[in-house]
Amino acid sequence: MSPRSRIVALALGVALLAAVPPLAAAFNQPFYLDLVRRIMIFAIAAASLNLILGYGGMISFGHAAYLGVGGYAVGVLAHYGIHDGFLQWGLAIGASALVALVIGAVSIRTSGVYFIMITLAFTQMLYYLGISIEEFGGDDGMRLTSRSRFPGLDLADANAFYYLVLAILVLVLFLIHRIVNSRFGMVIRAARSNEARTRAIGFSPYPYRLAAFVIAGAVCGLAGALLVNHTAYLTPDFMNWTRSGELMFMVILGGVGSVVGPVLGAFALLVLEDLLSGWTAHWQIILGPLLVLSVLFFRRGLAGLAFSKNE
Amino acid sequence: MNSLLEIRGLTKSFGALRASDGIDLDVREGETHAIIGPNGAGKTTLIGQLAGGLRPDAGRVRFDGVDVTALAAPQRARMGLARSFQITSIYPEFSALENVMLAVQARSGSSFRFWTAARREEALRSPALQALDEVGLAARAEVQAANLAHGEQRALEIAMALATRPRLLLLDEPVAGMGAEETQRMIAFLSTLKGGKTIILVEHDMDAVFSLADRVSVLVYGRIIATGSPREIRANPEVRRAYLGEEAPA
Repeated sequence: MSPRSRIVALALGVALLAAVPPLAAAFNQPFYLDLVRRIMIFAIAAASLNLILGYGGMISFGHAAYLGVGGYAVGVLAHYGIHDGFLQWGLAIGASALVALVIGAVSIRTSGVYFIMITLAFTQMLYYLGISIEEFGGDDGMRLTSRSRFPGLDLADANAFYYLVLAILVLVLFLIHRIVNSRFGMVIRAARSNEARTRAIGFSPYPYRLAAFVIAGAVCGLAGALLVNHTAYLTPDFMNWTRSGELMFMVILGGVGSVVGPVLGAFALLVLEDLLSGWTAHWQIILGPLLVLSVLFFRRGLAGLAFSKNE
Repeated sequence: MNSLLEIRGLTKSFGALRASDGIDLDVREGETHAIIGPNGAGKTTLIGQLAGGLRPDAGRVRFDGVDVTALAAPQRARMGLARSFQITSIYPEFSALENVMLAVQARSGSSFRFWTAARREEALRSPALQALDEVGLAARAEVQAANLAHGEQRALEIAMALATRPRLLLLDEPVAGMGAEETQRMIAFLSTLKGGKTIILVEHDMDAVFSLADRVSVLVYGRIIATGSPREIRANPEVRRAYLGEEAPA
């Protein structure tokens, strides 16, 4: 696909997403508004994971941690009566970046299986921390008494919230597109491709990887803030390890190292999950093999199918 | 007769194997210094310790008067020590140009820049194109590195090393696996670098060694048994017995 037709395809995709609220209203199917909004929030989280997994080669099996930190930042402030959106989301981003800095500083010193296990272990620690704090509902979680409040914007208005999520998704994808093509992005991609060569030309990958890890955490924290506003309910399940697995799957299914891949992956996985779970209670038995087949046959993911260079 | 690189008592063991056994060596500014030796003599181990990928058990390496023994590979690279690898080491999914641009980037300004597209930066592009041109790859700049021929990939690796503007070039078997014609072209290119750059050349190809080297050191079982001009090395009876005996050059 040429760069121009790629832009046309992207514009078409955004237009399609923008058309969902009027269409859902016209057919009186508000459920779809809800579904697509949820998918877009996960697409933001998956896109942030893609920065470190797809471009940086860091297989983080704990990315749901930042969904949790972002969610708790909003939920806890709301619990104490602070509903200002800028404060809540700012804390969500800042706290997630800080947690990512700590987790990254330790885990990026390792690689391979150890990296996967350490990122998982940190996230499990946060998960159990969430379960153990009775003040915030412990295992059961707690209801969000009010959605985040912004001047001139009411998140209780389903359409307004939907368009905000869409705008943030587009912004995040643009941000990641810029980052991966910048000097910084070239270094983390180079370190993934050939670490020995990268060191030999004079780059120590560690600080670059850590910075990417922090950026990814911060963006995912924002997704967490969106998610808790979407569900209006906060539970430690935001940080469940299966969540981290789902995010990884969205990235891999969509196409590792493609900016829009995670969006396609999020749509494919969550729509499939929705269709199959409506059909049978044992939907995971069908979803599992489908995912295995897709990984076997579409190595470059859905983005690889859609955006192949006609080689 | 300034030494750019001073190696003193360099020792490195892998289990019971002494890959470097008290190596002393001086490499003079501007010379091309070849290191030859039979397989398993410890040549690549030596290069690894000079470039910084391997930590010696004992001994010191001084580069331009500075003790670099404790420095890691990236720091040494930034001081001007560039290397090529015995097994081609490039970024296969990037274009030839992008490969070299990364090397330029390593030596020009901060890489904590997140917004501007690196591939449009003229400050990276034109030195990279020039380095590609020097090794004869200008016409192949946009080709994905994985799709280059083996000899072209070797040349690309040297272009990357040159693009970091090194003071000392460590070449680990630059003509390994090349055809006769490619080998001749590479030797011709390396001879254009002679004098301007200080080069340590590890090589099996005796044509390359004897046509390029100002001095030759012979490494056998982790020890340097002789250092001298190509003519002296060829005439040295100990060298002939230990190494050249099987393939004595005409």
